[in-house]
Amino acid sequence: MEDLRSNILAYIDKHETCSSTELCKEMNVEHQKIVGALNSILAFGEIISAQPEVTSRLELTDEGRQVADHGSHEAVLFASVPAGDGAPQSELMKSVPNAKIGFSKALANRWIRLDKSAPGGPRVYRQVESVSDRIRHCLQMVAALSLDSLTAEERAELKKRKLVQEGRVTVYRVAKGPAFTLTLAKEETELTAEMLATGVWQTLTFKAYNFKALGQQPDCGHLHPLLKVRAEFRQIFLEMGFQEMPTNRYVESSFWNFDALFQPQQHPARDAHDTFFLTEPAACRLDAEQADGYLARVKAVHSNGGYGSIGYNYDWKESEAQKNILRTHTTAVSARMLYQLAQQPQFQPTKYFSIDRVFRNESLDATHLAEFHQIEGLVADYNLNLCHLMGIIREFFHKLGIRRLRFKPAYNPYTEPSMEIFSYHEGLGKWVEIGNSGVFRPEMLLPMGLPESVSVIAWGLSLERPTMIKYGINNIRDLIGPKVDLKMVSVGPICRLDK
Amino acid sequence: MPVVQIEKAALCQCLNRKDFTDDEVDELCFEFGLELDEVTSEREMLAKEQGDAKAAQMGDQLSDAVIYKIEVPANRYDLLCVEGLSRALMVFQSLAQPPLYKAVQPAAGMKQMRVAPSTAQIRPYVVCAMLRNLSFTPASYKSFIDLQDKLHQTICRQRSLVAIGTHDFDTLTGPFLYEALPPSDIVFKPLNQTKEFSAVELMQLYSGESHLKAYLPIIRDSPVYPVIKDANGVVLSMPPIINGDHSKITLNTKNVFIEATATDAHKASVVLDTLVCAFSQYCSEQFTVEAVQVNYPDGRASIYPSLAYRQVDIQVDYLRKGVGRSDSQLTIDEICNRLTRMCLVAKATSDATVSVTVPPTRHDVLHPCDVLEDLAIAIGYNNLEMSLPPTLCTGKQQPLNSLTDKLRLEVAFAGFTECLTFALCSEKDISERLRLPLDSLPAVRIANPKTLEFQVARTSLLPGILKTVHSNRSLPLPLKLFEIQDVVYKSTDSSGSAVNSRQLAAVYYGKSSGFELIHGLMDRIMQVLGVPVDQYKLSATEVATYFTGRCANVLYKGSSVGTIGVLHPETLAQFDLTLPASAFVFDVEKFL
Repeated sequence: MEDLRSNILAYIDKHETCSSTELCKEMNVEHQKIVGALNSILAFGEIISAQPEVTSRLELTDEGRQVADHGSHEAVLFASVPAGDGAPQSELMKSVPNAKIGFSKALANRWIRLDKSAPGGPRVYRQVESVSDRIRHCLQMVAALSLDSLTAEERAELKKRKLVQEGRVTVYRVAKGPAFTLTLAKEETELTAEMLATGVWQTLTFKAYNFKALGQQPDCGHLHPLLKVRAEFRQIFLEMGFQEMPTNRYVESSFWNFDALFQPQQHPARDAHDTFFLTEPAACRLDAEQADGYLARVKAVHSNGGYGSIGYNYDWKESEAQKNILRTHTTAVSARMLYQLAQQPQFQPTKYFSIDRVFRNESLDATHLAEFHQIEGLVADYNLNLCHLMGIIREFFHKLGIRRLRFKPAYNPYTEPSMEIFSYHEGLGKWVEIGNSGVFRPEMLLPMGLPESVSVIAWGLSLERPTMIKYGINNIRDLIGPKVDLKMVSVGPICRLDK
Repeated sequence: MPVVQIEKAALCQCLNRKDFTDDEVDELCFEFGLELDEVTSEREMLAKEQGDAKAAQMGDQLSDAVIYKIEVPANRYDLLCVEGLSRALMVFQSLAQPPLYKAVQPAAGMKQMRVAPSTAQIRPYVVCAMLRNLSFTPASYKSFIDLQDKLHQTICRQRSLVAIGTHDFDTLTGPFLYEALPPSDIVFKPLNQTKEFSAVELMQLYSGESHLKAYLPIIRDSPVYPVIKDANGVVLSMPPIINGDHSKITLNTKNVFIEATATDAHKASVVLDTLVCAFSQYCSEQFTVEAVQVNYPDGRASIYPSLAYRQVDIQVDYLRKGVGRSDSQLTIDEICNRLTRMCLVAKATSDATVSVTVPPTRHDVLHPCDVLEDLAIAIGYNNLEMSLPPTLCTGKQQPLNSLTDKLRLEVAFAGFTECLTFALCSEKDISERLRLPLDSLPAVRIANPKTLEFQVARTSLLPGILKTVHSNRSLPLPLKLFEIQDVVYKSTDSSGSAVNSRQLAAVYYGKSSGFELIHGLMDRIMQVLGVPVDQYKLSATEVATYFTGRCANVLYKGSSVGTIGVLHPETLAQFDLTLPASAFVFDVEKFL
């Protein structure tokens, strides 16, 4: 094989171009072998070029191939007949392959004669000294694809004897390629430590790399997309100088979740349809809140008003405030933090944020779960107003890459004025609500003991909604919970909210 | 938020704008704090509810007139009907002045409602009013019924706090009596029935009626039921369930007697004010309501409706600062004009104060901050000049959250993938499925879960992770998962509270238990937490969740901070897992 390849390359070097049949004749090998050698050279790269041309040619049948290798049946039979004494016909018929055809053809060619009356049965004798096996010669020419010397009669005879048949043969036009060489080196696939150590890499050729194939995935862990978005929001708050609130408290009293926020006890949000109440622990003690009179001040502002308010005019019950719930918003923690702020000897302007879970006993659907994450920011300072609230919200959303904002009057029990935040969604071509905000009511802040001139502005949004938009997720169960496809977790891009 | 339906034609007419486009209506609603929820028609609504075929079948019986569905804020009861909503928008657009509502006492004396002491046991308050010489149209009649329904669903808290009854006064004879009687002593023909029933029978009858059965529990178990009767013993109503058929109002009713019984006197008065303010515009003497006297057993007499106008003096400076405008940018006159457009008639009483009159339609105004919001709405929120708060602070993280985020990164670097599962789960998840007895767990239990998935707050992160493994068991093995989140424990002291605990849990799931890998991750975490080797070790123990002899306590400075081991085959079976797994769980807060 290697000799054949070198011979072919040498021939092409001399002749620049040739056909595969030409090579057949020149090398005296069958066409198939030439084609095999050409393919093996092609595998080394652009050493040669080979253009296929399909032609219709005579090709050997299985019987024809046998004849080309061993001689025609008649020649074989002739050779089996000993010169001089001859041999019994019955013996020849038994020992020689294809004896029947060989016998009749040899007889017709007058190569042999039959003596039917010889003693011991009919006997065959040679009639000529030697024979020329034209049939075999013709078949060898067919195999070498040199058919020019074959006469029409010979073709017809070979076909008739089913030694050849018409077939389709692919012949190649071969020429030098851009990287033509006479010596074929083996191509390397990998650069190895050994090659570097021995310096052999300098003489080796390397197999072309398939850049269209995929690389092998690194074996790594992944962070959950929702928490990647959470990290980004935390980063934004920290860049804006906000301090994180301790929100690791899922169980909250109704007092801090509702009453402290001036949310009346008959408010629908406090209904069992919206809020998870507990059987264990069902209620908590409000000793600390009672100790400094805060509880009494909250009771008073709900039932009779005060601080410039007429209040809600109802019978406020401490037992209702003691009921434990799973917090419905992180604003319960904000209330605790503002209360602590009010207990300082001197009020310090403050910016707080939190991102954590809240719980609602709502009907579940594709976008609602019983638990979700609330993002909340608030600023407490002297004389803050609506303009500051809108200003800080604009700054916050700019950092998320959201620029077109507008504000709609809204109602929240614990903020006044209140504003819903809308942004223009280019994809939907309309304004969509992206958050809620407001100025905390004096009925909430003043009983805590904050100075009258201090205002607290706050805004909030859910973490799930922007994450679902960011990662193109339509069903919230595909994002959170045990049914999440971890493939989604591993293929999610890093989170850059402003991109 | 409640939704009010208003025909486009009616809205256009009252706003004097024939060419109002849907976008303009949307814009107006947005500015005023309403939300145009849907543009539809009678036919479209029916098609949506019962299918196109049904809507087509109804043919001309359905109108194609455009209807707006408008969401109104939950505290604006005055906007719950077409009458109130369109009047508020007319005043907002300066097309009308805020009306002046009056309660008048007739020269011949007020109608009387006597309250019997027995009502104290069940529903102690009643308020009444009379709308005289009223002419209903089919539309206004429907709106009148609708508003009662909307009030019942909102401020009345499904009739538990307040229940309204409206009656054709001309079928009745005063004075009236509000008392509470044993159910068997109350017998009358209820609304739209042909024969008399006792209250006992009625409770039975209505227990199958979808729109009434929700109200039955309000009085069902009481020994006495409330009832209102006229001088001849005719039953007006058995609140909060049903009115009598005798006095039912029709399109032809001229004089409407309104009673509202309640457990909350203030809310009853608000409801009555809201109803009479909206519908007194159809009386021959517009915006005027005839007062009724309610006589309590203690001799106290109250006159309703109160229709009180409340004066609030507000510092102009407070309003200007609140919207970020100076004296010259916002004059007192402008303040007064703008507040009047919100139905809050305001007058300057000095250079520094305005006196604002809060009408009986605006029970949502509790404090000057509510007036400030209305001023801002009248100016337009989006016309205000934004500015950043001057507040300078330093950003700061919670140490626990900062540590958590750093640990999350390290565990992910180690080749584990983060799960995020629910904080609520079933009792079975934390007990039976982890092979632990429920009563050994300090679990917080939920009183009113809608499904079994929300019975308790989780006491372990393992069930969530193992469920995640189960949903992902077709992925290439091994699965290496972790979660750092809070679990919740009931407090051991008497405070009646509960505490969160930040935990880190990791699970290896594959062809072999992979304990050495889970152990290696624990070692790695201790390494990155800077724990010296002599302060951390594993000590064999038995926890039922783990396989016998394959479980250890994680000891840090001699005390246990978590457990590690090969999961028990029965634990795996509980989560329908067929391959071995190892896991650890530990308390992150110990390393703060």
